[in-house]
Amino acid sequence: VLRYILKRLLHGLITVWFIATVTFIAMHAVPGDPLSGEKAMTPEIRRNLEAKYGLDKPVVEQYRIFLANMAKGDFGISYTQQNREVNDIIREGFPVSATLGILAVVFAALGGVLLGALTATYRNRLPDVVIMFLVILGISVPSFVFAALGQLALVKINAWTGFTLFPVAGWGTVMHMVVPSLVLGLGTMAYLVRLMRSSMLEVTNTDYVRTARSKGLPPARIFLKHQLRNAILPVVTVLGPAIAAITTGGFVVELVFAIPGLGRYFVQAVQQLDYTVIMGTTVFYGAFLVLMVIIVDIVYGLIDPRVRLKA
Amino acid sequence: MTDTAITAAGFEPVHVDRQVQVLTRPSLSYWQDAWRRLKANRRAFVSLYIIIALLLFTVAGPWVWTVDPSTQDLDQVSKPPGSDRRAFVAEPYQPWEGVRAAVPEGAASSSPPANFKTVGSTTTQAVRLTWDPVPGASGYRIYRNLFAPTPGGALGLPLGDVLSPEQVSFEDRLDLEPMTYHYAVLTLDRFGQPVSAPASLPVNVVRVITPAQAVERGLVAAEADAKVGDELKLALHPLGTDYLGRDLLARLMTGARVSLLIGIFAPLFYVLLGIAYGSAAGFMGGRADSVLMRFADFVVALPFLLFMILFKIAFGIGPGESGIFPMLVALVLLSWPSTARLVRGQILQIREEGYIGASKLLGARTGYLVMRHMIPNTMGVILVTLTFAIPSAIFTEAFLSFIGMGVAPPTPSWGSMCNEGIRTMLTTPHELIFPAVLISITVLAFNLLGDGLRDAFDARMRSRE
Repeated sequence: VLRYILKRLLHGLITVWFIATVTFIAMHAVPGDPLSGEKAMTPEIRRNLEAKYGLDKPVVEQYRIFLANMAKGDFGISYTQQNREVNDIIREGFPVSATLGILAVVFAALGGVLLGALTATYRNRLPDVVIMFLVILGISVPSFVFAALGQLALVKINAWTGFTLFPVAGWGTVMHMVVPSLVLGLGTMAYLVRLMRSSMLEVTNTDYVRTARSKGLPPARIFLKHQLRNAILPVVTVLGPAIAAITTGGFVVELVFAIPGLGRYFVQAVQQLDYTVIMGTTVFYGAFLVLMVIIVDIVYGLIDPRVRLKA
Repeated sequence: MTDTAITAAGFEPVHVDRQVQVLTRPSLSYWQDAWRRLKANRRAFVSLYIIIALLLFTVAGPWVWTVDPSTQDLDQVSKPPGSDRRAFVAEPYQPWEGVRAAVPEGAASSSPPANFKTVGSTTTQAVRLTWDPVPGASGYRIYRNLFAPTPGGALGLPLGDVLSPEQVSFEDRLDLEPMTYHYAVLTLDRFGQPVSAPASLPVNVVRVITPAQAVERGLVAAEADAKVGDELKLALHPLGTDYLGRDLLARLMTGARVSLLIGIFAPLFYVLLGIAYGSAAGFMGGRADSVLMRFADFVVALPFLLFMILFKIAFGIGPGESGIFPMLVALVLLSWPSTARLVRGQILQIREEGYIGASKLLGARTGYLVMRHMIPNTMGVILVTLTFAIPSAIFTEAFLSFIGMGVAPPTPSWGSMCNEGIRTMLTTPHELIFPAVLISITVLAFNLLGDGLRDAFDARMRSRE
């Protein structure tokens, strides 16, 4: 198992390098350069600035420096925010985004598993029909519409009760986190419910469940020990990509709910063409996602005895 | 040994008295069978009709509804569907010198200005207000409110201060809409502080249009046709207008072109690329296969939306360009590996099938194998992937346009229309609702059709019958 983990980590490292290289190439393919902004500058100032950011060196040399600094965990200084290090921005924004993302993943996974199991148990009866209708809605309505509607509902509820349990926007307390993470997790949850439902239906028709039933085990026990535990496996495999979808989907939710997370910094940096911040956050996000997928795979190997973690 | 001559007459066919298997039902090809199943699936079929209707809406719609999506109708900005379109023809605006009156002598009064009333007709050109001078006042302040005043409540938008006690009139020309406003006026002391309670007045504003404007908007043929006092109807906007007064129906049609163009062509291109890549890897096998698939793994690992944004910046959008092409290219560059993997897996699987072996034994060449066996057998799976890829591409486009990284204005797309609509969600929800509902219906229809196709092509389902 250890060899497998090491191999996966090595592979992940190569992936991160690939991400960094593609990012570097993409940023250098941009027409113009970061210094040709709206302000006109004299050639001397321009030369000095290029020297400051290392833009006067040949591209290969810049690439080498970029990789060397990245290996040290240094993503450079922001172009638009004076003397602010990209690391500072990540340090400030990432915990917020991560909290939001983790809450959303937990919500999506819990809700997906429970509702999925429920629909399978009540197949073709009222709860199934209602939940599956909501699921189809959840899959086909874009996340920003949910975010907007969620905020609108909050405004109305707060105005109606005259008392703010869940604030409409911002960040800080637990109450700030509830609604945005619900909204963020909704799409993924809908997807997981569908997956869980079909996997649960498959498990229900297996021989071991029939055996358990014929042994006369209590239904609750069959449900928990035999059906749920086995049906949950496919859900775990898609958790890795789901985390990726949720973290990037966080951009919109952070934008709508005015949450000071990394996604908002990224969107801002993109709009202001702040190259170092874009490169830094992309590589950071990429590395984070690669790590998440590896962790999910390892966990999957641990909980499913049929999967051997081969090196 | 007797010689017996073997002649044909000595033989007769043995009578076969065995019941041969007879096909009682017509034989169906793979595609006929899939089509039959799809027709039986009502949800998928309704979705198919919806998709056809959407395509008609997009392709044929602009011929039926020929309003230019970029024309601004400044008489009707942010109007929901079915709003009042009446307008009366009036003379062009004439300047007004206002009303001046002598301030009566007397002790400073803190009562609200008396006799607060309108002068002339109150139209969208101007609302003219006047009131009696108040002794001891050094000025007046005028407010305009959308709601009826409540005691102690807000007075609304402060329109302006009149800094002379004799000047007892005010002309409001600020963005007037045909509706009822509640004006309020109060007295100011010499420090500019309000000293009196407000006097308020509800005013019904009528929409007017000058003959010249009527001709310009295309409502009448010539200025002579529009007589003062005539009632005209402004241009029709079946789904209302957006915040710049552009026709929503026309914009939705043009936006549908962008969304569906990206939604259909991007998956088409990357599925084709994936087929080429995947079948190449599957056929070559061995070392080439593992190198090709390793590269595909790296591309899969790229965080999708981040790189969509990154590529969009890298390609850049020149002035006057819509940015559709860069988005297509970025989508294709990032999305092909999943199809490639799928096709490779299919090819590897089919290569080992018995009928391929049989075909080879009969002397089939590689080209024939590919065309006759490989491609038709992967087609079903590919078609299903394509149907599911379309909604996700539409979502991606909407997401990017929503955060402002999608198509560049003024080109409309459903995503960017949602983005614009969300800002005025509370006052004019129709600007958000229409594009959002269209996105949802489209995505829903493609998803349900995809489900139906998957069921129709699924070999496991077929054997169960």
